[in-house]
Amino acid sequence: MAAEKRVTFRSPWLPWALLAPQVVVIAVFFFWPAGQALVQSLQQSDAFGTSVEWVGLENFRNLWNDPTYLESFATTALFSVLVASLGLSLSLLLAVFADRVIKGSGIYRTLLIWPYAVAPAVAGVLWLFMFAPSVGIVSYWLRERGFEWNHLLNGNHAMALIVMAAVWKQIAYNFLFFLAGLQSIPKSLIEAAAIDGATPWRRFWTIQFPLLSPTTFFLLVINVIYVFLDTFAIVDAATSGGPGTETSILVYKLYYDAFKALDLGASAAQSVVLMFIVVIFTVVQFRYVEKKVNY
Amino acid sequence: MVEHRPTLGFLAHVILILGVIIVALPVYITFVASTHANDAIIHPPMPLLPGSHMVENYTAVLTGTQEGGGSTASVGRMMFVSLVTALVIAIGKIAISLLSAFAIVYFRFPFRMFFFWTIFVTLMLPVEVRIAPTYKVVSDLGMLNTYAGLTVPLIASATATFLFRQFFLTVPDELTEASRIDGAGPLRFFWDVLVPLSRTSIAALFVIQFIYGWNQYLWPLLVTTSEDMYPVVIGIKRMISGGDAQTEWGTVMATAMLAMLPPALVVLLMQRWFVKGLVDTEK
Repeated sequence: MAAEKRVTFRSPWLPWALLAPQVVVIAVFFFWPAGQALVQSLQQSDAFGTSVEWVGLENFRNLWNDPTYLESFATTALFSVLVASLGLSLSLLLAVFADRVIKGSGIYRTLLIWPYAVAPAVAGVLWLFMFAPSVGIVSYWLRERGFEWNHLLNGNHAMALIVMAAVWKQIAYNFLFFLAGLQSIPKSLIEAAAIDGATPWRRFWTIQFPLLSPTTFFLLVINVIYVFLDTFAIVDAATSGGPGTETSILVYKLYYDAFKALDLGASAAQSVVLMFIVVIFTVVQFRYVEKKVNY
Repeated sequence: MVEHRPTLGFLAHVILILGVIIVALPVYITFVASTHANDAIIHPPMPLLPGSHMVENYTAVLTGTQEGGGSTASVGRMMFVSLVTALVIAIGKIAISLLSAFAIVYFRFPFRMFFFWTIFVTLMLPVEVRIAPTYKVVSDLGMLNTYAGLTVPLIASATATFLFRQFFLTVPDELTEASRIDGAGPLRFFWDVLVPLSRTSIAALFVIQFIYGWNQYLWPLLVTTSEDMYPVVIGIKRMISGGDAQTEWGTVMATAMLAMLPPALVVLLMQRWFVKGLVDTEK
């Protein structure tokens, strides 16, 4: 595909006018605030913004020495590992079987993809309701079987709750991509292996799974980005970062420090760290896309 | 399939049906709860079949006459706010991305690629990483509690611009030449040729961006403080903020059902474009 058009239009002002709306929006609401975050991360001010002084990298040093921030990092890492591994394996399982089914695969797809439409915050509320210690139906069943569920007191339970909600919300997305990946594997490969006597189990591990690896890697990156950025709503709705700060992921802590604790310097430094993380993810994601084009 | 294995085929259906049940269970329980009076729910176990309070619960939340420890604003109003927000975000993103992609592909002007990359870099600046300073800008501009504040800061779209640019590059030059010979100017060509050709891409993006707009949470949480500007997703969270016991779960769950309905309908009714949109926007 050509990267340039041979035939173009000429106008001294029209292209600028066409670009103007997008450029104004990104200048005012993207680059200016991002620049502000960078500047503020090097400053220290009191809660009312009356006095400001330059402190160099001190905000970052404070973050590094702040055990709650490091804990929040660890929480986010654990959360993303759990969501990515559980979410990917469950949806791969479903996609492999949906790929096998000949009759009704369209119906299964329809029935499996709609959770994509559910808002993360609503997903959080649905799971919170099922597991609410006093009224929830699942916590009642668990209690019947002698298991005392209380995510308001037990950090592990709270983590399990947000993992379940986040995985549930993301299954649809992973499933669609896995199914598309499986369907693009040439049938002749599978048939050849079957003629050679390979069982479906063996065929999956030696043919389908390796050929799916670009899809799997892509989904892994997307899932980690999802956990880092989009699960704020799930956490806020289901656990509010609690008990204590046990489920306070990075974005939740950033939100808390900026709007509840009103610590501008610390929140700006956290913004910069997050920006850095997002840049790394984006670069990884696009390197992968380039590689796939070369196949 | 390659070979005939009845057991495996049966197992496939069993696993898929289990998957569908797990995926549907939370929503089923939500629906059941939304049809019961609060008394039936707060004494566990709650019933597992729909009850008789459906009409009362839904009417109460839609008109804002429900009880409860948290917010009791009208969900009808919230649905309206969500709808306007989602439509403005989806249509706005598509419109400004179409225009910028058109400018970048069909004109030669200084700093053309600079603008393209500037738009592209916004991909790395999601609202989550710049919440505090963006909030300050919006509040300085007096846009708190307005539709403009809810939508405009989210309207730029690197992915949509990128997608339309890729698509425009595949449009044959002959079309441009032909319309030029027929005397069409750039805007005429854009409106009468490019936009109709982009219909499928537009539909696909619309589905994805409508869901994105409807499901926004963090940003509306910051910029709306008055109840009559809450989108419904925020409204639910405000309704349960009274704690486990004071929450009127029947009406909260009715609200949750209502909040899920529009985006789920969009996905199901526009499934073909939805799948295309997902695949296109993430590459």
